[in-house]
Amino acid sequence: MTPVLRIKDVAKTFWTPNGGVRALEPISLDIRQGEFISIIGPSGCGKSTLMNIVGGLIEEYEGEVLVDGAAVRGCHKEIGMVFQEESTFPWRTAIDNVAFPLEAAGVPRHERLKRARELLKLVGLDGFEQRFPSELSGGMRQRIAIARTLAFQPRILLMDEPFAALDEQTRLLLGDKVLQIQQELNQTTMLITHNIAEAVQLSDRVLIMTFRPGRILRVVEIDLPRPRSSKLMGGEKFGQYVAAIWEDLRDEASKGLQEMEGARTG
Amino acid sequence: MSTITHTGALRRPPPIVTRFLVLAALFAVWEAASRAGYVSAFILPPPSAIFQSFEMLFVHEGLVAAFLRTFAEAFAAAGIGSLIGVAVGYTLHRVKIAGRAFTGWVAASASAPLVLLYPLFLVIFGRNSATIVAMGVVGCMPPIILKTKEGLDNVRPVLLNIGRSFGLTPWKQFWMIQFPAALPTIFNGVRIGLLFAIINVVGVEYLIVFGGLGQLISDLGDRFEIPGMYAGILFVILVSVCFFFITEKIETWLLSSK
Ligand SMILES: Nc1ncnc2c1ncn2[C@@H]1O[C@H](COP(=O)(O)OP(=O)(O)OP(=O)(O)O)[C@@H](O)[C@H]1O
Ligand SMILES: [Mg+2]
Repeated sequence: MTPVLRIKDVAKTFWTPNGGVRALEPISLDIRQGEFISIIGPSGCGKSTLMNIVGGLIEEYEGEVLVDGAAVRGCHKEIGMVFQEESTFPWRTAIDNVAFPLEAAGVPRHERLKRARELLKLVGLDGFEQRFPSELSGGMRQRIAIARTLAFQPRILLMDEPFAALDEQTRLLLGDKVLQIQQELNQTTMLITHNIAEAVQLSDRVLIMTFRPGRILRVVEIDLPRPRSSKLMGGEKFGQYVAAIWEDLRDEASKGLQEMEGARTG
Repeated sequence: MSTITHTGALRRPPPIVTRFLVLAALFAVWEAASRAGYVSAFILPPPSAIFQSFEMLFVHEGLVAAFLRTFAEAFAAAGIGSLIGVAVGYTLHRVKIAGRAFTGWVAASASAPLVLLYPLFLVIFGRNSATIVAMGVVGCMPPIILKTKEGLDNVRPVLLNIGRSFGLTPWKQFWMIQFPAALPTIFNGVRIGLLFAIINVVGVEYLIVFGGLGQLISDLGDRFEIPGMYAGILFVILVSVCFFFITEKIETWLLSSK
């Protein structure tokens, strides 16, 4: 069976006036239909760069990205993205933000508002339909951004630290929601995160990346039963996965920290 | 908490009060200087005389009609100038080489007395409203062009990426993301442009002695109605200042409601 998403020897160097920054060493990865992959790695290791390449926002890179076996350049209509930065449209209300991709696709007003309302409810924002983003908290805005991407019904979902702005409880509940939708729609998902527990809770496989230039240090298969939820988190096996991943990650993260401190003192 | 704001308010009156007090003090000094004979009442009449002649302006000189005419012309100019200015600003944003070549010149022209171009339009259109509106258009364009370009240049890249990831056509990318994101900045440019249009319209009306407040002031001067002339000038200044504050209020209100 051809993988839904195939990343083949993808590498990236950014060229700046001060020379090149090697952000990614060649990375290869096959993702099956319906699989949930998490990518975890120290800050600056090229996670967002990888997502932007797969999502088609960065068009100059080495290697190839294939969807259903066909090479793609540029944005693909089956791929939806949630970004790390604040990305709601400040001039649109919550419901109009969520309805945005439907409006762009020409879905009639009544229909798109109905679907947007359902999605807002799904992310726990019913009652906030008519609020503008400036009237909502950072976590609420990020939930709007997630709902907006889900409205697009992408077969492949790329998420760059979507839960980073959320408090722990909301993060767990929303993670459950995303997992539930993902399993219902059999969506193929690539999640970037800093949170080890979150990666273990949600994923079939966790990719650990090295410090810059990023490569894949190790791939951990998470062999926990599905359907999953945040209830998993107390378990013994869960704890073992988290500990093992942290063991690998600690060296890489401390390299990042050393560089930061070196930059500060030197 | 409330006591702090309370004493703060006592120590520092709101800006509108300070502004008014400064103005009143200025008038008082001027009045005193005029009465004491330090300045000739013929060259610079005392404020009391100027205020008295306001009535004459309203009743006999058609101040209201002149005001409406000037503002209609300024608004027409700003409307036309907005259409052209936004299009030019968009071009400077879109065509990078044009942006680099022309933006500096547009910025320089904003500080030049463009009103002096009036003979050119006088030749083209004749001594009529068209010349006045055309001068208003010229005057209001620089800020509108610059602010449009600035607004479009500064749209956050992540918002554009959202559009790209949803596969928006370039047309929708512009109308659904870039333009609304830049709109507050563009509106700011249009507001400044409108003020520049008023200045130019009154200036040209004065220079070619045709229509509106500028002509009124010019006429009064020719008839040596000096207090009336100053009353006219004062009226233009007051109206412009009020206009500045009102549009500023509208702008912040529009921004806060979003
Ligand atoms: N447009 C760019 N120009 C130059 N260098 C860039 C650019 N974008 C990213 N980089 C560099 O590439 C490296 C990887 O960046 P990237 O944003 O992918 O990291 P990340 O893993 O997402 O980090 P974080 O976890 O902090 O979000 C960084 O060192 C960064 O400085
Ligand atoms: Mg990142």
